[in-house]
Amino acid sequence: MMTKFLSRNRYVVQRIGFTAITLMVILTMLPIVGTILFIIYKGGSAISWEFLSGFPHDGMRAGGILPAIIGTLYLTLGTAFFSVPLGIAAAIYLAEYAKDNQLTRLIRLAIINLAGIPSVVYGLFGLGLFVLFLQFGTSILAASLTLSIMTLPVIISTAEEALRAVPQAFRTVSISLGATRWQTISRIILKEALPGILTGVILGLERAAGETAPILFTGAAFFLPRLPQSPFDATMALPYHLFVISTQVPEMPIQIQYGTALVLMVFVLTMNVIATVIRSRARAKRQW
Amino acid sequence: MEKSLSWREFIITRLIQTSGYSAILFVALIFFFLLREGLPTLTEVDMSSLLNIRWYPIEDYFGILPLITGSLVVTLGAALIAVPFGIGTAVYISEIAPRWMREILKPLVELLGGLPSVVLGFLGILVLAPFLRVFLNLPTGLTALTGSLLLGGIAVPTVVSVAEDALDSVPRAYREGAWALGATKWQTIWRVTLPAARSGVLTAVMLGIGRAIGETMTVMMVTGNAPVLAIKLGSLFSPVRTMTATIAAEMGEVANGSTHYHVLFFIGMVLFIISLVVNIIASSVVFRAKKRAERILS
Repeated sequence: MMTKFLSRNRYVVQRIGFTAITLMVILTMLPIVGTILFIIYKGGSAISWEFLSGFPHDGMRAGGILPAIIGTLYLTLGTAFFSVPLGIAAAIYLAEYAKDNQLTRLIRLAIINLAGIPSVVYGLFGLGLFVLFLQFGTSILAASLTLSIMTLPVIISTAEEALRAVPQAFRTVSISLGATRWQTISRIILKEALPGILTGVILGLERAAGETAPILFTGAAFFLPRLPQSPFDATMALPYHLFVISTQVPEMPIQIQYGTALVLMVFVLTMNVIATVIRSRARAKRQW
Repeated sequence: MEKSLSWREFIITRLIQTSGYSAILFVALIFFFLLREGLPTLTEVDMSSLLNIRWYPIEDYFGILPLITGSLVVTLGAALIAVPFGIGTAVYISEIAPRWMREILKPLVELLGGLPSVVLGFLGILVLAPFLRVFLNLPTGLTALTGSLLLGGIAVPTVVSVAEDALDSVPRAYREGAWALGATKWQTIWRVTLPAARSGVLTAVMLGIGRAIGETMTVMMVTGNAPVLAIKLGSLFSPVRTMTATIAAEMGEVANGSTHYHVLFFIGMVLFIISLVVNIIASSVVFRAKKRAERILS
């Protein structure tokens, strides 16, 4: 009798527990979906060709956001230029060359710490090193360099994981056929690990594209009447522009704010979705 | 031919090695530049006024206590949200959800992680703050609570992904053993799987808190930015100002090399050290757990 009661009781507890956790998951997921749908709903009506291809005018209260879009594009490409080769090379070192010793552990600790440093501290660092010490000024170059150091840990850790997932047999066979270590890596391993590396690169750049704090004092401009002409020019950027028009400009039309938020969100989430698709496709296609 | 090949190999190997070491270099560089610009604070402002409760830089009051307590209150609130919801979601994804559900939930959580913080801050200003003001009958909706709610959301993806990894790496045999002994799925989760993944879950919590304390744009936009000491319970419902928001808001307006400039770098240094400590503790927990697992397996 007692055991029967207890055993039924256990299942009641399980039922209650599962319900509670499911509720929590719903409470976590609803705001995510809600946020995305809400911005699409509110911002959708602001999107027009003129909004996407025009310059802001009337103190940014009218017109388009082209310079901010182009600026974010430049910053993302600039970040990629520095962080992709460096990040992949560092990942190759950790996955293929590094021995399991004190130094390697220190490198890993450094990468973990880089990942945890607050974005605004990167901004301070970029200001201290690139803007003032190296005298790049408030520029696309300084901002891209700052952002690329920030994205390094994401790229390194995902790329390393992708490289490590390539079975050891690939290396053994290649080396036994007379290939050098670098030939093995560049022609066999990198090719096999490419989807995983690409996922990491896109996720890293996605973060760079959406960040505001690191570019606040290193490269972002409040308003520019023309597009930047060289890497030494400051630039407008979507996240900073959204910050400016939602907090610094009085009587800003709400429509333009939601429209800017939508463009930024689409820019960033498209990268996110592409990364997810590449990863799941590669997983499905993998033969090893 | 032979010779050029080995030369290329040599140079490439060196380049790759240097890239590998670069992470150490960057951490050192960041620390160096924070020290270089932040340490002059200690000669320009004496300790007693630095550890004061008044932050009013225009009149040379550089008390950073309100900023520290502001950061703590907002982060604590965020942790109270992110930890249960994050771990709950991780448990659901890894232990309860059917496969198709998992395939939907994981990308969704990643999507949240990808949302720019400035977009969340923007919605905070326009939607969440007005709602809280009416709902809780407050004089303003821009409070520590508003910041905590949004920061909690920002920290959730970090907690979920790390905790889920930890739960995933618990060997299936542990669960099967528990089921074979007659434990329900729920009992298995609570008494076997979660305890086995304890260290990883702890890491998830630490990293989530680290993420929250370093977040800048969202808190700057929604917490009202009033530098008052936040030590009462009611502080949660009034405006506060965090360390990160102070740097972001004021750095653009100070003269390079001024005392105010140095103090802002000093705050950055404090943030850097906090994140260093959090991350070193979090990773040492992981390392220790890994070692233990290796001992058991060998």
